Amino acid sequence: MRRVNKDERTRIGFTLNGRAVAGDAESRMLLTDFLRHVIGATGTHVGCEHGVCGCCTVLIDGAAVRACLTLAVQAEGRAVTTVEALASPDGALNALQQAFQRHHALQCGFCTPGILMSFTDYLARNPHPTEDEIREVLSGHLCRCTGYAGIVAAVLSVSAGSSRQRNDSASPEPTLKLESRS
Amino acid sequence: MKPRRFDYVRPDSADEAVAVLAEYGEDASVLAGGQSLMAMLNLRLAEPAVLIDIASLKELDYVRVADGKVEVGAAVTQNRLKDWPELAGKLPLLAAALPFVGHFQTRNKGTVCGSIAHADPSSEIPLVLATLGGEVVLRSHRGTRVLAAADFQRGTLTTAREPDELIMAVRFPAQPTSRVAFREVARRHGDFAIIAVAACVDDGDTVRIGIGGVADRPAARRASAAAAKDIFESLAFELKGYDDLHASARLRRDLLRRIGPIVVEEALRCAA
Repeated sequence: MRRVNKDERTRIGFTLNGRAVAGDAESRMLLTDFLRHVIGATGTHVGCEHGVCGCCTVLIDGAAVRACLTLAVQAEGRAVTTVEALASPDGALNALQQAFQRHHALQCGFCTPGILMSFTDYLARNPHPTEDEIREVLSGHLCRCTGYAGIVAAVLSVSAGSSRQRNDSASPEPTLKLESRS
Repeated sequence: MKPRRFDYVRPDSADEAVAVLAEYGEDASVLAGGQSLMAMLNLRLAEPAVLIDIASLKELDYVRVADGKVEVGAAVTQNRLKDWPELAGKLPLLAAALPFVGHFQTRNKGTVCGSIAHADPSSEIPLVLATLGGEVVLRSHRGTRVLAAADFQRGTLTTAREPDELIMAVRFPAQPTSRVAFREVARRHGDFAIIAVAACVDDGDTVRIGIGGVADRPAARRASAAAAKDIFESLAFELKGYDDLHASARLRRDLLRRIGPIVVEEALRCAA
């Protein structure tokens, strides 16, 4: 039986994006805060902190879940995947991220990490969703900038099969690039 | 916000969980998927001294069919049941209702039994359990008891579960019919239902009708096929409805009068 008393700090370890990580936390620490403040992985954003906005969505053992409704101690021994895992180590965006860029699926970008993680899980289960199915998954997120149309178009473009993707890649890339600010 | 401090306990078995519950009783909360409880902890609406985490108990992560009932263990997530291949054949009404439960992301973690335990009057799973006349299996150090859905849910967020009892499973009677319909009205898909109506036509010509979101708990009624569409006028008076942020009691009654007959008609029209 695992037990963490309320006045205790305990060692918590799990796999983050394929790499073993560990840190100390109280039993009440949320996975969002553990990722951001203990591990320093700030790609996962915190919006409402009660499971409504979807900004903090991460994958735990492959399933998209709210990190703000998960205790850090519950992630022990699990495989956690965050938005930092999507791009290649050299910074090249993956197909879904590129589609978001092409279709203006983000403006301020605050909600984007969570939405990307939701569709990373969903597209793995259902690679060719309908627009209605995409909108249903998107109903688990709040975006106050885009009006969602660009997000739906972006997901449709990566899920519409290889012919559509070839067309997309033949069109010139937009000049606006997301540069790493590190 | 952040939760207040609590002792966190993750038992290795249901036996251990029951023993810990016996020790702490009212001071403890049982954490399964956490899609309601974690939000309540974050908002400090719930402040248990001890949190007992049963989410990873493999022995409670099962769906099985026995004695014409589908038994769902306390660790089964809503998406896992939704994706259970036999669901549409055994429990077509639940198959129709599950897509309305929260969102894809919350169903990945939220459990079927957790929704029953939380007992929100607008929740879909308690509504289906009440409509079908299902039951809840409770265990404590004193033994195991089985309660009918109607006896289990007592009111808004209130159930007959004793503080030392753990919900082990819920049982839905399998339905030998495909004549079902489910509709709800919500501000946004996946939000709390303002009202929800379920209908299921039995072998004979009896229609089981379930209404959520109007009273403080799901209301289940039976009517003949001929009369089923006409019960909503009197039901709206009887259930009264309640005012909250999302809708007035009057709007709830009005929605029930309009949507109830449509749902019954849909169920009756399904090919037998």
